[in-house]
Amino acid sequence: MAAPLLDVQRLTVVFEGSQSTVTAVDEVSFQIAAGETLGLVGESGSGKSVTAFSILRLLQPPGRVAAGRILFEGRDLLALAEREMRQIRGARISLIFQEPMTALNPVMRVGDQIAEALTVHGRAGKREASARAVELLDAVHIPDARRRVRDYPHQLSGGMRQRVMIAIALACHPPLLIADEPTTALDVTIQAQVLDLLRELRTRYNLALLLITHDFGVIAEMADRVAVMNKGALVEQGPVRQVLRAPVHDYTRSLLAAVPGTGSGPGTR
Amino acid sequence: MTQGALLEVRRLVKHFIRTRGVWRPPSVVKAVDDVSFAIEEGEMFGLVGESGSGKSTTGRCILRLVEPTSGEVLFRGENVLLFSRARMRQARRDMQIVFQDPYSSLNPRMRAGDIVEEPLIIHKLGSKAERRARVADLFSLVGLETAHLTRYPHEFSGGQRQRIGIARALALNPALIIADEAVSALDVSIQAQVVRLMLDLKDRLKLTYLFIAHDLRLVEHICTRVAVMYLGRIVEMGETRALFARPAHPYTRALLSAVPLLDPDAPRRRIALDPGSFNPDAPLKEVGASHWAAV
Repeated sequence: MAAPLLDVQRLTVVFEGSQSTVTAVDEVSFQIAAGETLGLVGESGSGKSVTAFSILRLLQPPGRVAAGRILFEGRDLLALAEREMRQIRGARISLIFQEPMTALNPVMRVGDQIAEALTVHGRAGKREASARAVELLDAVHIPDARRRVRDYPHQLSGGMRQRVMIAIALACHPPLLIADEPTTALDVTIQAQVLDLLRELRTRYNLALLLITHDFGVIAEMADRVAVMNKGALVEQGPVRQVLRAPVHDYTRSLLAAVPGTGSGPGTR
Repeated sequence: MTQGALLEVRRLVKHFIRTRGVWRPPSVVKAVDDVSFAIEEGEMFGLVGESGSGKSTTGRCILRLVEPTSGEVLFRGENVLLFSRARMRQARRDMQIVFQDPYSSLNPRMRAGDIVEEPLIIHKLGSKAERRARVADLFSLVGLETAHLTRYPHEFSGGQRQRIGIARALALNPALIIADEAVSALDVSIQAQVVRLMLDLKDRLKLTYLFIAHDLRLVEHICTRVAVMYLGRIVEMGETRALFARPAHPYTRALLSAVPLLDPDAPRRRIALDPGSFNPDAPLKEVGASHWAAV
């Protein structure tokens, strides 16, 4: 097998307080191959978002990576200079968040925000970037893209904003997209549309996806493999069918049992 | 519709008027548009829909936290919309609401015990000692430790805070609980615990629930009957099992088909909603045994 696209090795992240130190991520290791989707699932506070932020080196103090390696395309991201890291963020690894309203710039037209993603990385000149913005809006299925590039984020619905986020994230054709609860704030029908879109773009661009969610339903729909986090540690990892059908770890079992409609939830009495 | 229902909502309407400046006529948002349903004593009735469907506004209209534009809300046969302020305050002892966000719905400057005691003080019930005893009982009833009575909300987890909200709602021995997305903000394992508590309390205290939620999997699991709201109207209503097995309205079908399935190999057939495929003004008609749809 070829070297994985992303290889996280024994990543440990701590938050240092004045009195005590909290280990938010505890020796977590996983790999993602090119074009593969890994679902990272866990409850709030399990460390899944901190893991994502560590990969992009976006952790804020007092959080810091205490140990481990993050190999991406063969290079250790933790050893790179900040200047080199900036060339990776958005160009080689992109990130989309749960709340597209706070992630988008409210006083900048969405077309300009997409174009900026291209010009910042020197992928296009100003005029070409504007044309590409229309194409990208079209690619994420926003109707009437030519007009919509002139909209501000508040003029768009939640689902459309998330599409704009995806367009920005994919502007430079990164091989890896980290999606942190990308559909959590959306209604179920809109969620279905955004997941369909991610699935389509994944195939078109051979995109690897690190999909962070607390929803096993989303995992079942999207992921090839799944890794389950609890209190900072990976407790189980495997192909999605195996983990969902025959979970080995007690925590995975209890999480699955808590999902309504799986037979052992609250109503079955 | 039903004789002797605990709660019956008849032709409820809530319009919000939005002014659009001096020169343009105000626009009307029909948040709740001619909604009728009845809930039997001891029932767990689910009201589902996506954001903006009007489900929360419906819940709030029942308690008159927002005043409906028209319609009737019959509680034990009496129209609460005609009640005076004082009478309404009395009526709210029997109808309580639990909100979604356990972070913003509890006063951060009050101790947990005081939050639960407050309704008793407002309604002037019992002596100080009696109230204290009642609060301690309520704490153990919802599975909180009485040792934590003097703690502040921020010292509790989300699930525990929702238990505080439930204890406060139960303080006045209500007959009806309106749970407005009461477990939506909780992690799935905590959600299961709180739902189990709510079901347990329903049996022990003979409670009736209006369970407002957007999570169809959860509603399917715990509600006996369910109504689906779309753009301010109920488009389908019926026994949970029948409605989920044979959804009749195009919106219900689209909604159900959008729910992620836990089985990676289950056949997935996404049904997109075609707004032209149904008449938005169609009245509910019977499509099966205890099953109505606006088709």
